[in-house]
This record gives sequence, structure tokens and C-alpha cells, in this order.
Amino acid sequence: MKRTITCIICPKGCEIEADNDSGTLVLSGYDCARGKRYAETEMTCPMRTLTTTVRLPTGRMLPVRTDAPVPKAKLFDCMAEVAKIRLPVKPVAAGEVILADICGTGANLIASAAWELNANP
Amino acid sequence: MTDNKINLKYDIVIIGGGPAGMSAAIAAYEHGNRSILIIEREKRLGGILKQCIHPGFGLEMYKEELTGPEFAARLIAKVREYNIDCRMSSMVLDIDRKLCVTGTSSDLGVFTVQAGAVILAMGCRERPRGALNTPGTRPSGVFTAGAAQYFVNMYGYLPGKEVVILGSGDIGLIMARRMTLEGAKVKAVCEVMPYSGGLARNIEQCLNDFNIPLLLSHTVVEVHGKERVTGVTIAQVENVPGKGRVPVKGTEQFIPCDTLLLSVGLIPENELTTSCGIRLNPATKGAEVDQDRQTEIPGIYSCGNVLHVHDLADFAAEEARIAGEAAAERVRKLRENAGEKSCEEGGFKVGLKADGKVRYVVPQVITAKKDVNVFFRVSDIFKKPTLVVTASGSAEGAEGETGENVLLKKKYLKLVPGTMQTVTLKKEMLEQIPDGGRIEFKLLPGDAE
Repeated sequence: MKRTITCIICPKGCEIEADNDSGTLVLSGYDCARGKRYAETEMTCPMRTLTTTVRLPTGRMLPVRTDAPVPKAKLFDCMAEVAKIRLPVKPVAAGEVILADICGTGANLIASAAWELNANP
Repeated sequence: MTDNKINLKYDIVIIGGGPAGMSAAIAAYEHGNRSILIIEREKRLGGILKQCIHPGFGLEMYKEELTGPEFAARLIAKVREYNIDCRMSSMVLDIDRKLCVTGTSSDLGVFTVQAGAVILAMGCRERPRGALNTPGTRPSGVFTAGAAQYFVNMYGYLPGKEVVILGSGDIGLIMARRMTLEGAKVKAVCEVMPYSGGLARNIEQCLNDFNIPLLLSHTVVEVHGKERVTGVTIAQVENVPGKGRVPVKGTEQFIPCDTLLLSVGLIPENELTTSCGIRLNPATKGAEVDQDRQTEIPGIYSCGNVLHVHDLADFAAEEARIAGEAAAERVRKLRENAGEKSCEEGGFKVGLKADGKVRYVVPQVITAKKDVNVFFRVSDIFKKPTLVVTASGSAEGAEGETGENVLLKKKYLKLVPGTMQTVTLKKEMLEQIPDGGRIEFKLLPGDAE
């Protein structure tokens, strides 16, 4: 398969040409090692960092994200798991693990902001 | 009634507690000032970052990728560490030319703050439907992308289930993904221009990942529905000289949907700026400033998205540091020269002009002979253009000479309106220019499209 991949690692958005017709993956157009790695996973198992929200006991939302990319194909499975989360009435620290090993991906869902009991709404 | 009005005094008053306001406060503190007040109308610091839960922040400032709330938390931690005073839930009503700020809050009522310097950091707001003149009915279900983002990310309300998005700026793209992940069906993103103003990575990860079509050179020509949006009619547009981008007859198609999101540009929020008599630049829709981000009124500075809309929060925050430092320096100098009449700048002033292809430059005035970073943005897509910066003589004009010399030339592979560019004017270049001179930014087109 030949594909042009727009790199999403940084705002530069390099266009990387990928070709695995010969059995080995040939890449060109990347500007850094991270871009090359991105194109490699994109051709095998595309991965994405998930950012979403979890409902707080007050009714407001807590921003959360995965601490590592998860397979793109599992994003909606992860969203379904997130929807089931009911947070206990206790403070949350930024970076605290909300759900470990989400959908068996090995990535943890972590809080991207702190929440205190008496926080402003 | 006015007898018990609260009168406060601070060296530096910053209006707005978003990335620019906090960053300006931090820079002013680090420059040695200890009398700083941030006034914020919301209950919490952070501005728009609070609802920007996606990653992509901090790459410039912290060299790591953060979400909006994480980026805000870094700045908030510094504001707290430095013990900088913040008046929350307080609305500034007026600033006068003597740097007296009038505000109101439920705890103080109407209050005034006499400042030695005022930094405007009010940010920007979204262009609403009214600015587009889109025909059709007025049903519920039409939201700006940022309003939808607020409902979804702060309250967990999904504003609709079947969505069309008009405008392909980054907020629109981000919301296409966000609504999709939350279970809505985004049917199309229409962009009136032949190219998207959003980042390539956002088109990839927000649209292509979810097979959402991006329809370039398309716009919404009618909104349908009585109580609630029932659909929109979209059409292709073509550029007709003299008329602009007009819909092409016969290309109309109806898309059933219950929600229309608008991501059609941002406008700096300058009501306070104009109320104290500062004129706005028609291209940036912000104040005109010098290299220190000082406006035409000495002691009033402007930075971040209220000055001109930035591509990244990082850039807005970095620009605010310039204003914060300069404000602290002004106060220091005023104190040093206490009693004397404050010294005027050293009698050097040159204006910066853009040729139209270069849509705008910031700053618009330079009053000091030191290295100055100039931001500029272009008006269209240009392939292989050359930027030429020239200087012309004094206002009186050197006799018999055209008096124009080239300060710098720079070739680019591609310039697009969505990406702000920076060039540095060196101290040595500025030293060649007489007081009252003019610096012009021109773009020479390269290969034809």
C-alpha cells in the first residue's frame, strides 16, 4: 500500500510518503525521528492520545486524558468505559489515575486538572 | 453613595486572567515589581484554556505537549507562587487616560484602581452568526464552536446529534472530533475558502480519523427549521472579481441536521480599549503598539489575542511577557525620576507598514534602537514568495533621493494566512533609519499558483 501520511506529532504537519508494497516499509518526507516512528505505527497500528471528560459529583466535568496513546481502533471502546465512571466525592489531584489500563491498552486515564471539594464551580 | 467607594492602588493592573494576562503578570514580577493586580471577570483563572481539554499546548513554552487545563495550571502555579493579587468575578467597566481603572464586583461594588501601568489582556471572542448574514430562519441549534465546546467540556451537555460545521479553523476541527467522540454524527465541515485555516495535523486527526468530509469552497446558504434546526442548504462558492466569494447556482444541496456550529474567525475584544480613545488597526482589529506593546496612550499596554489573534496560546503568552516586562520597567523609571517630569522617549519613532499581501505587522511603531521581533501575517496562500523589508527616509524626505534601502530579504517555501511569521529587525538596521522614517513589509510573489 502507498499512502501519504500527515504527521500529527507537532504543528508542522509534515507529509510523509509511506510504501510497503515491497514487503518492507519505505518512508520519506519525515523531518525528525518522532515523525518516522509516527509513520511506522500509522502503517501498522495507528495510535492516538484520547482527551475527554469525566463527570464530577457536582455535575461539572473533569478533563482527563490517556497518559499514552491508545490504538485508534479502540477510541470508541475507551469512550464507552469513560462514560461508566462515577467519581467518589473526594479531591482529585492533577495527574491522578482515574482508570488504570483502560480497555486493556496499557494506558491509564489520568486527570488533566485538579479538583477540590470546595472548588469554584 | 460614592463616599465609601473602594479606591485601590497598584503599580500594574492587568485586565484578564487568561494565558496572556497571567504571563504578563509573571513577567512583571520577574522584572522586579511586587505591586501587581490581575482583574478577571470569571471565577477562575485560565481563560479559554479551561475548556480546551485537547492536547497541543506548551510545545513552545515548555517543550512538552500539554492539554489546555495543564498549560493553565503551570501559569496559575507561578501566579500563586509569586503571590500576585487576583480579583476574580470582577468586571472592568472603564479605563481612563490617567490610568485609573473602574470595575465592579459583588463584594466591593464599584471600585477604582489607580495604576502606574495598565496591561490589556482581554483576549478575543468568536464571530457570531450575525456577522455572516446567512439567510434562513432563526431556530435554536446554531452555536459558535467555542460555545459548543463550553457546553460539552465544562457541563457535559451535548448540544446536538447531527451536526454541520461551517468554517475549518482549528476550533471547528477540534469540535468535529469532540462531538464525534461524544456520540454525535458530524456530517460535513464546510470551508468558504479553497483551503483550510486549520493546522494540517488537525485535519488529519480530527476529520480524516473519523471520515468527516471537508468541503472546501463551500458555504451554508440557508438555515432551515422553525423551533430547532432541521437542516442546512450548502453550496459551492466561486470567486467573482469585484463581488467576492459567491454561491454557484445549481450546486445547492440540503443536509438534514439538528445543529450548525460556526468556526468563522475570532475578533479581539476591544471595547475597553476603544472606550479610552485608543484607535484600532483595521487589519488586526487590535490597538496599534510599539515594540514594548505600548499603545498610543503612554502606560497602557496590549498583548495576546486582544492585540491580534495568535495561532497558539504559547505565542499569546510569550508576547504578553514583552508587555509585562515593559510595564514593570516603566514603573521603575517613573519611580527613579520621581518628582521630575517623566522623560519622553529618546525622540526616535518609525512606523511599520504592510503592503496588503502582507496583511499586517505587529508592532506598528518602533521607538527604540534595539533588536525587535516583528510578527506578520499574509493575506493569501503564496508559494515561494520573498519578503522584502525596506526603510525610507525621514518625513521631510531626503532631497533628490528616493531614500529607500532594503533592510532584509527572506525567501519562504510557502506562506499561508493561518500561520503567523516572525522576522527580527536588528539594532544595526534600525540605527540606519532617521527619526520619522518608515519601514515597509512587501511580499514579492514567487512561482505562479
